Amino acid sequence: MSKMSDFMGWVDHRIPLTATFEKHMSKYYAPKNFNFWYFFGVFAFLMLANQILTGVWLTMSFTPSAEEAFASVEYIMRDVEFGWLIRYMHSTGASFFFVVIYMHMFRGLMYGSYQKPRELIWIFGMFIYVALMAEAFMGYVLPWGQMSYWGAQVIISLFGAIPVVGDDLVTWIKGDFLISGITLNRFFALHVIALPLVIVALVFLHIVALHEVGSNNPDGVDIKKYKDEEGRPLDGVPFHPYYTVHDLVGIVVFLFVFCFVIFFWPEGNGYFLEHANFEEANGLKTPAHIAPVWYFGAFYTILRVVPDKLLGVILMAAAIAILFVLPWLDRSPVKSWRYKGWISRINLVLFGLFFILLTWLGTQPATGVYAQLGLIGTIVYFAWFLTLPIISAKEKTKPVPERVTG
Amino acid sequence: MNNDGVNNGRRRFLIATTAVGGGVGAVGVAIPFVKSWNPSEKAKAAGAPAKADISKVEPGSMIVVEWRGKPVYVVRRTDETIGFLEGLAADLKDPQNTVTDQQPEYANNVYRSRKEDLVVIEGVCTHLGCAPKLYAEVKPESFQEDWKGGFFCPCHGSRFDLSGRVFKGSPAGKNLKIPPHSYLDENTLIIGVDEENS
Amino acid sequence: MKTLIALVFALLPTLTLAAGGGVHLDEMKVDLEDNASLQRGAKYFANYCMGCHSTKFARYNRVARDLGIPEDVMSENLIFSGENIGMLMKIAMRPEDSKKWFGAAPPDLTLVARVRGADWIYTYLRSFYADDTRPYGVNNAVFKDVGMPHVLEELQGKQVKGCASVVTGFDPLTGRELEEDSCAKLDHEEQPIEVLYLEEEGQLDAKGFDKAVADLTNFLVYMAEPMALERRSIGFWVLLFLAILFIPVYYLNREFWRGIH
Repeated sequence: MSKMSDFMGWVDHRIPLTATFEKHMSKYYAPKNFNFWYFFGVFAFLMLANQILTGVWLTMSFTPSAEEAFASVEYIMRDVEFGWLIRYMHSTGASFFFVVIYMHMFRGLMYGSYQKPRELIWIFGMFIYVALMAEAFMGYVLPWGQMSYWGAQVIISLFGAIPVVGDDLVTWIKGDFLISGITLNRFFALHVIALPLVIVALVFLHIVALHEVGSNNPDGVDIKKYKDEEGRPLDGVPFHPYYTVHDLVGIVVFLFVFCFVIFFWPEGNGYFLEHANFEEANGLKTPAHIAPVWYFGAFYTILRVVPDKLLGVILMAAAIAILFVLPWLDRSPVKSWRYKGWISRINLVLFGLFFILLTWLGTQPATGVYAQLGLIGTIVYFAWFLTLPIISAKEKTKPVPERVTG
Repeated sequence: MNNDGVNNGRRRFLIATTAVGGGVGAVGVAIPFVKSWNPSEKAKAAGAPAKADISKVEPGSMIVVEWRGKPVYVVRRTDETIGFLEGLAADLKDPQNTVTDQQPEYANNVYRSRKEDLVVIEGVCTHLGCAPKLYAEVKPESFQEDWKGGFFCPCHGSRFDLSGRVFKGSPAGKNLKIPPHSYLDENTLIIGVDEENS
Repeated sequence: MKTLIALVFALLPTLTLAAGGGVHLDEMKVDLEDNASLQRGAKYFANYCMGCHSTKFARYNRVARDLGIPEDVMSENLIFSGENIGMLMKIAMRPEDSKKWFGAAPPDLTLVARVRGADWIYTYLRSFYADDTRPYGVNNAVFKDVGMPHVLEELQGKQVKGCASVVTGFDPLTGRELEEDSCAKLDHEEQPIEVLYLEEEGQLDAKGFDKAVADLTNFLVYMAEPMALERRSIGFWVLLFLAILFIPVYYLNREFWRGIH
């Protein structure tokens, strides 16, 4: 044992290993009343690790060229030992990453985790979200199936809506006059090197910012107000071991669901792997129905809601941008929805339901009643943000307890 | 927080069980990642047996057949050089083919082949993997005055006889490798298959 | 009216065409563990499809191994071009040529079951009918104006589209089938409902032909995801492992949190 502590001493004199572990794990006090919703942060971390690990392995057999990309994915699926498993882990992982991120964000909305002093955590999180969307979009182009190709066509041509420079910008992004192997190659570089670096850096900042101010909790109370004689928060527990063992339970359950999909439902009914994407890209043949992958659905619906290209793009960009300023839209004196008024609580539930509706509509053709529902959903989406400053400031709130409850 | 109810034995047991379970899981996850580095079906297909027509290989010459991406030399020895093989033993590092991995059982003889004249050798030097060159003629060479035919590796000067056995004084340690091979008929050699009838 | 059409669809011995809206697809039960069916499917595929359609992402030896076909049988019957058994199942026809000949290169079929689904293939292959206006003299009820001849015609026989007597239900008392001329009913566009029926029988009877097409479809489903069975069997053990791992993890958590209130 003393040999071990000698060694740790040697290391600690050179790099603050023990100090870092204590600061962020064994002496990082987290509120003891975390609930179900607080699992999704660690799940997101798990999915990030999964994507990086399986992604690195996929690059070993993937060929980023227009001629070879589609065949090399099938090569991975058939000829590489366990290649199919690694590929399904990656494709399923992408969808699960977004499920987890959406739950994680909704947790933030419920408990006011973006409010002072955690605005930067939210902002970093939003940057992660945007980077992740770019990462997912570019990753989806790589298998070079019909949906890869035509999805890229639709998304890239959105930039064409920008006045004056639009058309040139589109050509510049493609690096060609059509989407070609050149486009595929640069997307590959961004997908496997540039964006993962950005995402990892942002995740680092997200956690540094979080650990500076400490975690919020379902009651939205500050646990640092009441401390024992040694300065430990009375309502906090050291993250390690309490939340490591706690998160493990969640992780095992999560992995069970994740593995169920990988092994028994990898196509997810065409939502995780779209049917049309099993057909090689063909620039001369547009699929009858181009739908984005489900996780872009909500924003795609908002894009399609107005019959004007530029306005649609502005609306979609606004839908994402408005999330960034959320910390300043919510003017409620309390954080958690537990102590907000009824209107806020109902509004948040409606917001969540309409976001799901918008997401689903994005995968459906925008005709008839679907188009009308899309319009209603879009109005509700923006209305929630725009009414938030008034409702949150005017609304009568309940008294917040001094200490966390249960 | 109070530590009154802590049952240390129980805790240790649960930690150990979880650690073992987690370890098994980690190994399980590692398996597909490790196995995916094995030769793929594509690589195996490229490594399928290679056929070669040997009817045109004259005594004292050779052809090169590609098998698993490696050059395989098919050399027909002259009667003169076949006669020398027995007598070279004293100059060789391993005249008795003691390294069993270097040749199939049917090539464990002085000819290191199924036939006296025809020898099938992987053209990969056992030193550092260069391709040895055939010097089939019995005549003085720059690297050896009393040369009786064989292979000379231009990279680091390893010398082998016409059975691919390494001469003393060479940097290479083992004899050249004999790949599994057999004859479909008189004129057809198949490399990569041991049995005569398959 | 709608329910009636549904009933007609459900009970028709041959296939009906829904004018306008989506085409009704017959359900097919895929069974990847039925090696005999897969082998028959492979044989049909080799005989009737591989002339024009490749399955260029699959390898002969993998198919032979998975389906339990001895390699020499595979070499003799499936590999026409005398290629190595480890090769990909390409065809001799070059896409540039076939494009010139047929107007479009016949698509590769390795993944067709994942693009279209088993029901679609099963229904499509049974829905060719005589149509003199088309270059090959046939049209298809599922894939309108398809640019492909009815390659299975010698097996199925000649199918035509028109008015025919169809079973619309059962007499509740006698249990006898109730028949009615399909054209007596109108579809939602007020057009008489035409159905597909056999005019001349081919080498197989209707049931046998359905079975042959089912085998072929089964084979294509296998081709699209050859590891499907392995995937499920590994999945079972992975889930079992996680379920067991849950036990110590759950109690470990409970043990640590016992003192926290």
